[in-house]
Amino acid sequence: MTAPALSIVGARKSFGGLVAVNDVSFEVEKGELFGLIGPNGSGKTTMLNLISGALEPDAGEIRLSGEPISGLPAHQIARRGVARTFQLVRVLPSMDAERNVMAGVVFGGRRLWGAEARDFARELLALVGLRGREQVPVAAMTYIDQKRVELARALGADPQVLLLDEWLAGLNPSELAIGIELIETLSRQGRTIVMVEHVMDAIRTLCGRCVVMSSGRKIKDGSVADVLSDPDVVQAYLGDDDDA
Amino acid sequence: MTQLSAGEIRIALIGAAAVAAAAMLPVFDQGFYLTLSLNIVLFAALCTAWTLFSGPTHYISLATAAFFGLGTYSVALGIDVLPFPVLVAAGGAVAALLAGLVGAATLRISGVYFVIFTLGLAELIRQIVSWTQVKLGASMGLYVFTDFSEAHIYWMMLALTVAVFATGWLITRSRLGFALQIIGNDEQVARHCGIDTARLKIVLFMISGAFIGMAGAILAPRYSYVEPPAAFSPTVSFLVVIMALLGGTRRLWGPLVGVVPFTIVMEFVSARFPNDTPIVIGLAFLAIVFVLPDGVLGRLEQLRARLRRSRPASPAAVAAKEPA
Ligand SMILES: Nc1ncnc2c1ncn2[C@@H]1O[C@H](COP(=O)(O)OP(=O)(O)OP(=O)(O)O)[C@@H](O)[C@H]1O
Ligand SMILES: [Mg+2]
Repeated sequence: MTAPALSIVGARKSFGGLVAVNDVSFEVEKGELFGLIGPNGSGKTTMLNLISGALEPDAGEIRLSGEPISGLPAHQIARRGVARTFQLVRVLPSMDAERNVMAGVVFGGRRLWGAEARDFARELLALVGLRGREQVPVAAMTYIDQKRVELARALGADPQVLLLDEWLAGLNPSELAIGIELIETLSRQGRTIVMVEHVMDAIRTLCGRCVVMSSGRKIKDGSVADVLSDPDVVQAYLGDDDDA
Repeated sequence: MTQLSAGEIRIALIGAAAVAAAAMLPVFDQGFYLTLSLNIVLFAALCTAWTLFSGPTHYISLATAAFFGLGTYSVALGIDVLPFPVLVAAGGAVAALLAGLVGAATLRISGVYFVIFTLGLAELIRQIVSWTQVKLGASMGLYVFTDFSEAHIYWMMLALTVAVFATGWLITRSRLGFALQIIGNDEQVARHCGIDTARLKIVLFMISGAFIGMAGAILAPRYSYVEPPAAFSPTVSFLVVIMALLGGTRRLWGPLVGVVPFTIVMEFVSARFPNDTPIVIGLAFLAIVFVLPDGVLGRLEQLRARLRRSRPASPAAVAAKEPA
């Protein structure tokens, strides 16, 4: 049996007195599209920060294909194959779309350079729907296009695990349909994806399994259908349902 | 990224013509103008080397005097034993080594500590060298006798300046330069792209320090007698910061815009009011920080942008300020 793409064992992170992630464990299989949901402030982004090395866990272990990565600096975790997007989109504002994506391509998994790097970046921009927009400065792009650029940059690293933090948030209904289709395409290409999302329709459509966090704790995991009909989960979301 | 653009070729041609013209200078004058030009070329090398590191990273280094002095002392100590080019290389290597140690110790912490640490370090090294000399020999200084005329020193310094520019230009075309551009945009994104930001800064500091060390080595024969207070003068550290900031550190050739007028004015001031020179330097420093924080070039670019009517602020620039 091969090791899961990602395993989280008893991860914990506190900020002063606030325990943002409290003894959370779950596993993501290779090629899985996995959901991470929960009300606002439940610790989802912090969990992604722990996986990607933006933050170091206080306790617990995170393994990538069986290899422990917790405690490594962020750039080493990135090189081992963890790429991410940010809840508030973070593009490189002084550059055009192509250079943004090349940032992932040049320093990520394949470490390409020159024309090869540029060609791969263009391929990815086409994949996320930005063909012909390569030379557009990202600062002049719309929010959804910036999100596309950011996604393409993450894909540029050719990651083993892709972490998406509310990548669908802030999209209008037609953009949302496009976004869901795009994530579905990425998943069908065999990528392992962990997506944090408030848009429940997207979770239902896309994910096979998910975990639910509430106040830093994992309150439920399993198949999406089971999880979303669980009374505890419904309770946690009561009055806090951002379902778009 | 491998092809030369028309703009780059034009700049290279202008640069080559300027260097050729500058190289001719000693043919026409061996006195005042040569001395002045040597100072200009010296500070062009120092300020551009300083900007290689401080431009992209925004760390203000006051360790220039330490690197410079180590270069000078490499020559002073070895001039009777080793050929001059070897000593220049050694001066660069020793300075790079020191830069690597300082970088590893301090570049992971905040910029304020870095400024203070580098200033203290330069002072500490000066004290150590003085102390060692007093312990080992009777005299404070060392004699540097060579056959070099001022014109020779000038040509070597000019060659070093060209080397600094060439290196800076190669960096901007390399992975290192691309990484620096990404770090300048968003350091956290850079890390999540797989860039070892700490190591990169150390490498850059070492390259910068090596050139400063070599400049100190090349200048050593100008003074036949080398002492710690002159070789490790903190004034050099401050002058380099002043001139580089005056010109602007966002472009490789930005410091030149500060170096040329400032060196000429300083030459004039130190001749006319030798006792008040430090005051003038201090006032110039204040004026630059308050009036021209982005340098002359930065100011010109701002004005040009304002003429073109300010564009609306980008959402990306705002988002980049938010935490993950
Ligand atoms: N760097 C930090 N310093 C202090 N507190 C933090 C930090 N990051 C997160 N927190 C706190 O930890 C808790 C969990 O935050 P987190 O951002 O992980 O939640 P989330 O589930 O992603 O919420 P949302 O759905 O709103 O994005 C919150 O109470 C937040 O205020
Ligand atoms: Mg969040």
